[in-house]
Amino acid sequence: MLAQIASAMGVVVAGVFACALYYWLSDKLLSAALPVPEGDARKASANLNRRATIRPWLFLGPALLLLAVYLVYPVIATFILSFYDRSGGNFVGFANYRWAFFDAQFRQSIFNNILWLAVVPAACTFLGLVIAVLTDRIWWGNLAKSLIFMPMAISFVGASVIWKFIYEFRGGNETQIGLLNAIVRAIGGDPQVWISLPFWNNFFLMAILIWIQTGFAMVILSAALRGIPEETVEAAVIDGANGWQIFWKIMVPQIWGTIAVVWTTITILVLKVFDIVLTMTNGQWNTMVLANLMFDWMFRGGGDSGRSAVIALVIMAAVTPIMIWNIRQANRDMGDH
Amino acid sequence: MTGVVLKDIRKSYGQVKVLHGIDLDIAQGEFVVFVGPSGCGKSTLLRMISGLETITGGEMLIDGQVVNDVPPSRRGIAMVFQSYALYPHMTVYDNMAFGMRIAKESKEEIDRRVRAAADILQLTPYLDRLPKALSGGQRQRVAIGRAICRDPKVFLFDEPLSNLDAALRVATRIEIARLKEQMPDTTMIYVTHDQVEAMTLADRIVVLSAGRIEQVGPPLELYERPKNLFVARFIGSPAMNIMPVTVNETGAVTTVSLVDGKSVIVPISTETGANGKSASFGVRPEDLTIATGEDYLFEGKVSIVEALGEVTLLYIEGLSAKEPIIAKLPGIIDVKRGDTMRFSADPQKLHLFDADGQTYRR
Repeated sequence: MLAQIASAMGVVVAGVFACALYYWLSDKLLSAALPVPEGDARKASANLNRRATIRPWLFLGPALLLLAVYLVYPVIATFILSFYDRSGGNFVGFANYRWAFFDAQFRQSIFNNILWLAVVPAACTFLGLVIAVLTDRIWWGNLAKSLIFMPMAISFVGASVIWKFIYEFRGGNETQIGLLNAIVRAIGGDPQVWISLPFWNNFFLMAILIWIQTGFAMVILSAALRGIPEETVEAAVIDGANGWQIFWKIMVPQIWGTIAVVWTTITILVLKVFDIVLTMTNGQWNTMVLANLMFDWMFRGGGDSGRSAVIALVIMAAVTPIMIWNIRQANRDMGDH
Repeated sequence: MTGVVLKDIRKSYGQVKVLHGIDLDIAQGEFVVFVGPSGCGKSTLLRMISGLETITGGEMLIDGQVVNDVPPSRRGIAMVFQSYALYPHMTVYDNMAFGMRIAKESKEEIDRRVRAAADILQLTPYLDRLPKALSGGQRQRVAIGRAICRDPKVFLFDEPLSNLDAALRVATRIEIARLKEQMPDTTMIYVTHDQVEAMTLADRIVVLSAGRIEQVGPPLELYERPKNLFVARFIGSPAMNIMPVTVNETGAVTTVSLVDGKSVIVPISTETGANGKSASFGVRPEDLTIATGEDYLFEGKVSIVEALGEVTLLYIEGLSAKEPIIAKLPGIIDVKRGDTMRFSADPQKLHLFDADGQTYRR
């Protein structure tokens, strides 16, 4: 254990040192290649200008290289693979796209993804906002916030395992160890196999992501709410607005930009949802989503790189515009302050 | 008909007492300015009148009605904040209309009142703009316009000019004075720490210190007849010169001796009991003149000369242990550092305070 910690620390220190060394050495080399001679003012100034032009590229170089290898190349490769058959050897034109268009499971996944998109970002943002407002007013607000934020620290798989126990079903007359079924039985209902209930099981899976992400929305929105000038609220009080009107007409419009950023950030996350579905149902009982469908086609049943590439591109096409808008909005918000 | 009446108003936050019983009658249509140093409770008092702060003790009446438990919007008040407090997501028009929309006024009435207020404040060309597209002075005018639209009985201003630059401050001050003229029946209460604003705008000034009223009166009365040392030092710039003295003779006029032994006759009557006691003798910098003959008030060495063109300020060392005495003389005067000079003053403009800092002038 100690040895592992020591080696991890060693890697971190060596990494930082190597980076610093790279910057220092590359700058030295640049200076040597473009000297600033004394006496020749024109050449000196020209070389200084050239150095200033080259230096950013030199320093950004390693990061750009890594991005090219691990981001740009895979995108291009995926795009090309989507026109080839399952082995990636024979060109098949748009056959994979045609398949996706007519495939029932693909359409089911699209439908489920839209369902997730409609519910999860809205629920997280709304709950986060309400909790942020309410916890600002009570003395144990910070404790409540910590508890609500805590699921953020749990991995999706870990959270799913926890929720599996909540939805657990025991047949016959066995004691129900699942929280939900225990409650249902306590109030006199019939225990259900929640995660295989068609259609509704989607929402039981969504609850897990909402449980995890509400804390994120709450923390960001709580900070934004604190940034609202107190006087605008007081002015509204004098203008006769009640608590409801102050919240909707004075406070929410002032943090609209932040709400949009939180909403889209969670939207992007939802488009990529994978772990929860894999852990809970593995896409059975009509809970399949795009990411899991892609995974299944790629790595299960022999693999089909062509079809899974098509699904990957669909996910990317859905995420990209939201991502661009999100980054722009976040930049604009920061520019405002 | 009365405007605002405060009866023994108290405020405390837990154990900390901020206001220790304020009694004040403000007539309808009066312009009253609260002044005082930071932390004296003037803003707290204003916020209590507005209803944004609760009243710990005492009774407050607006227009003859006890308002202690009346919410701000039903008190017939409007408030202008130091930071403008405009709603940043609403246009100028919507900012001014917000209160009336909440009150469910008719569209025509809202439009009429917004346009009337915009007209008074020359905001008509900006009605469609957002606050961020306005200058500081324009923003403050919108805040005033929003207050006008509420058609209040009492206008409250909380340091409205503090965020403006010097030139704009003067212009907006004059605008507020003009606004008051147009609304003679509206009571205005104005909080500031700037005594120029207080002197120029107020019908009456209320000087506050450490949660108590020190003196209430018209600006010039506070200047000419300060009730105590605090008001004497607070009103006027530079502050009144205060010198420690001993009372030698009492009666219709009082004779006191300065620390250097020189006697001064002050035309203020004192009782015999004051004889032999220490007191404070005060004279304003602008009331000092250069003495020509042997008949002078005091003499001292000039330590600093500040020539401002319009006036010359002389700092004189000697007679009070703590601070130099300041003389404010009109025009440009040929004096050098280190010169010893003699000063005199009109006896009617001398002040005398007892050991507790209260004036001897009755």
